[in-house]
Amino acid sequence: MWTTKGLARGLLTTPYPRSRPADPGAMPPLPRVTPVTEAGTAVTEVCPTGALTLDGGGVAVDLGRCIACQRCRLDAATMAWTSKQHVVRQVSASGLPGKAFRHSLHVRVVDAGDGGETLRELRQLTSPYYAIHRLGIFFTPTPRDADVLLVVGPVTQGMRQALLDTYQAMPQPKWVMAVGSGAISGVPFGPSFTSAAGAGDVLPLDVVVPGNPPPPLAILDGLLTLLGRLPAREPLP
Amino acid sequence: MSDLCLAPNAALLAALSKFLPRDALVRDGDQAEIMTSAEHLPRVVDSAVRHGYALAGIVLEWENVRWHCRYVFYCLSRSGFVHVLLRGEAGDQLPSISPITFAADWPEREIEDLFEIPFEGHPLLGDFVLHNEDWPEGVAPMRPAYGPAKPKPPRAERVWRPQRFVDAPGAFSMSVGPVYSGIAESAQFRLESEGEQILHATPRLFYKYRGLEKIAEGRDVANALLLAERLNGTSAVAHSLAFAQAAEAIAHLAPPPRALILRLVFAELERLRSHICTIEDLVEATGLQVPTAMLAALVEDLLRLSGRIAGHRYLFGLVRLGGVATDIGEAEVSDIVNTTRQAAQRLERIVNQLAYDNGFLDRVEQVGVLQVQSALHHSVVGPAGRASGLGRDLRSIQPYGAYRERKLPVALAQEGDAYARLRVLAEEASGSQRLIEEALGALPAGPVRMAWQPQAGAALGWSEAPLGAAFHWLRLASTGQVLRWHAMPPSFANWPVLALAVEGAAFQDFPIILASFGLSVAESDR
Repeated sequence: MWTTKGLARGLLTTPYPRSRPADPGAMPPLPRVTPVTEAGTAVTEVCPTGALTLDGGGVAVDLGRCIACQRCRLDAATMAWTSKQHVVRQVSASGLPGKAFRHSLHVRVVDAGDGGETLRELRQLTSPYYAIHRLGIFFTPTPRDADVLLVVGPVTQGMRQALLDTYQAMPQPKWVMAVGSGAISGVPFGPSFTSAAGAGDVLPLDVVVPGNPPPPLAILDGLLTLLGRLPAREPLP
Repeated sequence: MSDLCLAPNAALLAALSKFLPRDALVRDGDQAEIMTSAEHLPRVVDSAVRHGYALAGIVLEWENVRWHCRYVFYCLSRSGFVHVLLRGEAGDQLPSISPITFAADWPEREIEDLFEIPFEGHPLLGDFVLHNEDWPEGVAPMRPAYGPAKPKPPRAERVWRPQRFVDAPGAFSMSVGPVYSGIAESAQFRLESEGEQILHATPRLFYKYRGLEKIAEGRDVANALLLAERLNGTSAVAHSLAFAQAAEAIAHLAPPPRALILRLVFAELERLRSHICTIEDLVEATGLQVPTAMLAALVEDLLRLSGRIAGHRYLFGLVRLGGVATDIGEAEVSDIVNTTRQAAQRLERIVNQLAYDNGFLDRVEQVGVLQVQSALHHSVVGPAGRASGLGRDLRSIQPYGAYRERKLPVALAQEGDAYARLRVLAEEASGSQRLIEEALGALPAGPVRMAWQPQAGAALGWSEAPLGAAFHWLRLASTGQVLRWHAMPPSFANWPVLALAVEGAAFQDFPIILASFGLSVAESDR
């Protein structure tokens, strides 16, 4: 009974990575580097997390600190925003998974203080629109089977040990991905008396995916970058 | 009610004046304030409960060495709040009111843990927010002396010895979490059993305690709004709305009519999406993969709609002090109407189909029953309460913003089981869609935002979040800095009843019951 209902809905799955959905709602924009002559110097004061800084002749964007509050787009209206590509930054320059993992990568997700929205985006990856399994990527419940530890949230005092235990339980070789501004820099919660400044405080990071929360396509970009199926972009300074 | 012509709270205040001194009423009106003493407090609380008031939460505010404690009650039958105030200083005790209303249980434990103020007569204090294995004894992070940037305390050496409630031959306890199967929020569940049935379940939360209220202190209110939004990223509009309404009440600022309608539209869009998410989780827990996938596709449709119209898939950054951040045009209006209408129709078809799926019904009917009496004692809010016969919906009993001019039917069910919760969610989802369509049909012209001028003061803001009633208490300095912010989210009110609903259930029903409540961990941990 359900099978016919499901078939009646038709094919929804994106042909990604061959092409991307045209719908702008699949990947809303983030700010990008803008010349000072266009952005003005006042725009850096609009940013509540200090993600915008003056850098030579331009206003630079630290995407790891951007929480997508949209103030530099809607209030100042001078920063340029782009939905073309959410930058996935690769932190470790070498030692990414080789060919053996290209079609079978197991990911253990650990929530270390997320507000729930990044987890929801991760859940969306298994929805018919993205169907992450067709790319040979699987979410696994046990760290013993996991190749990648995907961390969301700033790493709170209560989750620190649980996160380390999960990492310890994973077999070698293993990689760590920080997804979302909380896991990258702790922003807007940490560093504080109860939060670390992101997963990098506790574990060595291999790939980071900025966004608050990063949309499913950006997370997919991150996973394919880790697998070497997409070219790596600039590493963090 | 026969006393509709009377002023708000009149009946309760008249009853209280019989035993309280004449000067106890500090403020009259729909946010009445009563000063009381530790001696009178239990009687005041008892009267409030008997007069049809429910406890929203307890706010503790600390100034120098003195503090005052504010018990916020809201009327269930008509507009009106009563704040019961109590003063004290460091070293004082508070009487526990949880024997009178269980709704005070978690708020009291939270205050004891974060402020180190003991509650006399409370049976279970300590190891609540600050876990014994992570935090040293004697840390009181919410006291002013404890700075928000203070380095993290070292892990305590002590090993946590969990309390066990079941004492029977062969009884054992099973811990699940904080890292457990699938993509789930971090929390621990301690299930005690003799074999097949769960005899007692204890949720242990606060692994994700982010100290949001503490780090908001001293920040500008416009930036603290961003923290309120991220309390629970899937209810961002509802929480930022309650927070913004508190700030606007302090500044006596009324947002323009178009902004009020847009806030309603965004809030209902969020409710529609959140309810579909909860239904998806419930259906997934029963193992039905096709409807799970169909519901996940509906969620994605709505997320993409939000991304198109607002530039954010979870509607972050939209609610601002004095209005909303962005206006929408004709094209967006028809996009919202068409997409939500289609999603609601599809949802209705899936839910109707589920009603004919015997395998599904076997797993949700008479499973996880929450009795009306228990729901009442714990003051359960939101769809979970409405599925147990408590018609509490702040949009109709304490209307705010554009809800003031609308009469909403409250979705109700009496059975209190997982299926009743699903039916209430489905009914509310289609109600949200109708509200969106109706509101956008009469969208007034004009500005969407007013200039924000900071002012000193304190106020309560509230909204009906997808998961239930959300209250935010806010105190600002004249510069606009946050002096105290206390969020009373719906999940914090509802988590304690999960234990009652799973009592006697089979182990394999636990994920279904948990999903049917749709509780958020982040919102409760704060």
